Amino acid sequence: MATNQETVESLVNREYKWGFVTDIEADSVPAGLNEDVIRLISAKKNEPEFMLEWRLSAYRHWEKLEKTSAEPKWANIHYPPIDYQSIVYYSAPRTKDNPKSLDEVDPELLKTYEKLGIPLREQELLSGVAVDAVFDSVSVATTFRDKLAELGIIFCSFSEAVREHPELVRKYLGSVVPYTDNFFAALNAAVFTDGSFVYVPKGVRCPMELSTYFRINAQNTGQFERTLIIADDESYVSYLEGCTAPKRDENQLHAAVVELIAHDNATIKYSTVQNWYPGDKEGKGGIYNFVTKRGKCLGKNSKISWTQVETGSAITWKYPSCILMGDNSVGEFYSVALTNNYQQADTGTKMIHIGKNTRSTIVSKGISAGRGQNTYRGMVKISKNARGARNYSQCDSLLLGDKCGAHTFPYLEVKNSTAQVEHEATTSKIGEDQIFYFRQRGLSSEDAVSMIVNGFCKQVFRELPMEFAVEAQKLLGVSLEGSVG
Amino acid sequence: MMGMILEIKNLHASVDKKEILNGIDLKINAGEIHAIMGPNGSGKSTLAHVLAGREGYDVTEGQVIYQGRDLLAMPPEERAREGVFLAFQYPVEIAGVSNMYFLRAALNAVRKHHGLDEFDAMDFLKLVRDKMKMLHMDETLMNRPVNEGFSGGEKKRNEIFQMAVLEPKLAILDETDSGLDIDALRTVSDGINRLRGPDRAIILVTHYQRLLDFVVPDFVHVLSEGRIVKSGGRGLALELEEKGYAWLEESAAPVKSGVSVR
Repeated sequence: MATNQETVESLVNREYKWGFVTDIEADSVPAGLNEDVIRLISAKKNEPEFMLEWRLSAYRHWEKLEKTSAEPKWANIHYPPIDYQSIVYYSAPRTKDNPKSLDEVDPELLKTYEKLGIPLREQELLSGVAVDAVFDSVSVATTFRDKLAELGIIFCSFSEAVREHPELVRKYLGSVVPYTDNFFAALNAAVFTDGSFVYVPKGVRCPMELSTYFRINAQNTGQFERTLIIADDESYVSYLEGCTAPKRDENQLHAAVVELIAHDNATIKYSTVQNWYPGDKEGKGGIYNFVTKRGKCLGKNSKISWTQVETGSAITWKYPSCILMGDNSVGEFYSVALTNNYQQADTGTKMIHIGKNTRSTIVSKGISAGRGQNTYRGMVKISKNARGARNYSQCDSLLLGDKCGAHTFPYLEVKNSTAQVEHEATTSKIGEDQIFYFRQRGLSSEDAVSMIVNGFCKQVFRELPMEFAVEAQKLLGVSLEGSVG
Repeated sequence: MMGMILEIKNLHASVDKKEILNGIDLKINAGEIHAIMGPNGSGKSTLAHVLAGREGYDVTEGQVIYQGRDLLAMPPEERAREGVFLAFQYPVEIAGVSNMYFLRAALNAVRKHHGLDEFDAMDFLKLVRDKMKMLHMDETLMNRPVNEGFSGGEKKRNEIFQMAVLEPKLAILDETDSGLDIDALRTVSDGINRLRGPDRAIILVTHYQRLLDFVVPDFVHVLSEGRIVKSGGRGLALELEEKGYAWLEESAAPVKSGVSVR
């Protein structure tokens, strides 16, 4: 009753503990965007001519979009107009060029990663997770390179890939997300500064999880990374991505692009735990996470599986999708999105069925607390030739308190009569009677909410690699702390 | 001499400013079973909820002493950890949390409170196996989400099963017999009787005396309009069955004008 409201509200309010700033000298270009800035970025990165040309075409396209106000407005999110001329498009820790080993990496940087709980050195030695760390815009260290190289696996920063494997980059860059795809994809293509690149050759099963850690540090910078993963025939790779940012009063823009390509019988598993700074309790500050992620199941029997746990960011706009071109290819999307305080999320997926007997699964779990607004937006498209295509979608929403919102927009477009498409949706609320039941059995309100929320998300957590699942569970606990009490 | 577990002194409680409990006095010693009977709206369930600490009830007067401590000052989870157990009349469903996991977390919360080691999943299963058998709780029921899709009888059995595992000092059973067929009633009663012991007190809140054929109480109290209007032994319940509640209600304290009693 009266106290119930407080109960539900107070469980959501814990401090963001990754909000520190690293004092490190940065090499930045002045704020603003024009062709000169793009030429400068490209020059700083010693890029071949084709990259510069691609960036410039993207920029010109974006400029047109900007002039015609083509920034997407259809999502269920609200924010003041972004001044794209006030953003710094390139910021790099001033350090020795291309560290050959961790010993050459600025110790301040390594300390930052330690604070974040990812000691690179330890990771390298103990855990068998290969890590690429992107700090502001530049990839600082990639561990385990040599071991992977023996198998022919390329795992490096995007800049390096552009220089050392230009033929691969040229072949695949923009092949899944062309720069004409959308406003933010165009912006990213013009100004992206780094990211990760993975190529797994034919018949190779990548023996360890590959992992990238993104960190925005400098003020007023945008982070525009680009990830490209190619799994050749009969190969397998599991890739993890994590992110944090310091606390800032201003909003910061993060507009990334991820492209995945799976050839015949190849599998790519892509897991994200997104914990960008969400802003404070009044909704001040936080990251705008406007991201385009898409995978192409190019080959027959290929599979792409997205798993995401989205707890951070002031605004999340993100639809990791699969284009199922190869016959019998499989697309999966497992998502937990949590919005608390004034966070907004409009997230979901697109499953585009083109090949025969293609299958897709969508499991989306949205949790809204505080004044958070959580939207699932998904499209399942079965094209004319996709005989025997099947889709199963499940969208569940959980509400904590009565000031938050959950919204579901599933779009279905079916052009082949042999298709089977199923959609299930539920909305539930953590009730005072449930919390009392837990308390009467000796468990605190916090335990109650955390058990209910974790139970709600179990189906998605199961898809995460072990270490990540544990981290995700903790993160949910932290993000909800104080929303009940 | 057996120790006093619970002492209720002149307890008044209201919901939304409507007085429901109107001065309850009750003493309960270890080893005793007290049945609280009364017509609908007499305050039986309110008494159970106030003792368990449910929000939404205002205690306007009186005191409750539990094992020498002020019960009303303790938050609900602390009461539970100190051994107060409420078997709910309508156990709530909790999606996504398995029955087994829930109960283990509850038991571990109690154990931790008393400085005991927590049980892991294997030890816990060993511990509860007999009790599962006793209450005909099969493993499928244990691995399902708490109360989700349980029949009415299964929910009530689950409550008594939880009680058997948590081994409370003071168990309050709120209309545990309602909605049970005769076989289920027997199973549940067996469970309650096995828990009967010299260190434990049980309060049976019930509308019908049927349960009392199986679980024989030491004392029977009749609640009407928020106060105990008659106390007696086992015989009182039988008398009530014969005569109904009406003859007692006449002797209840007059209600202040303008105050309606639910």
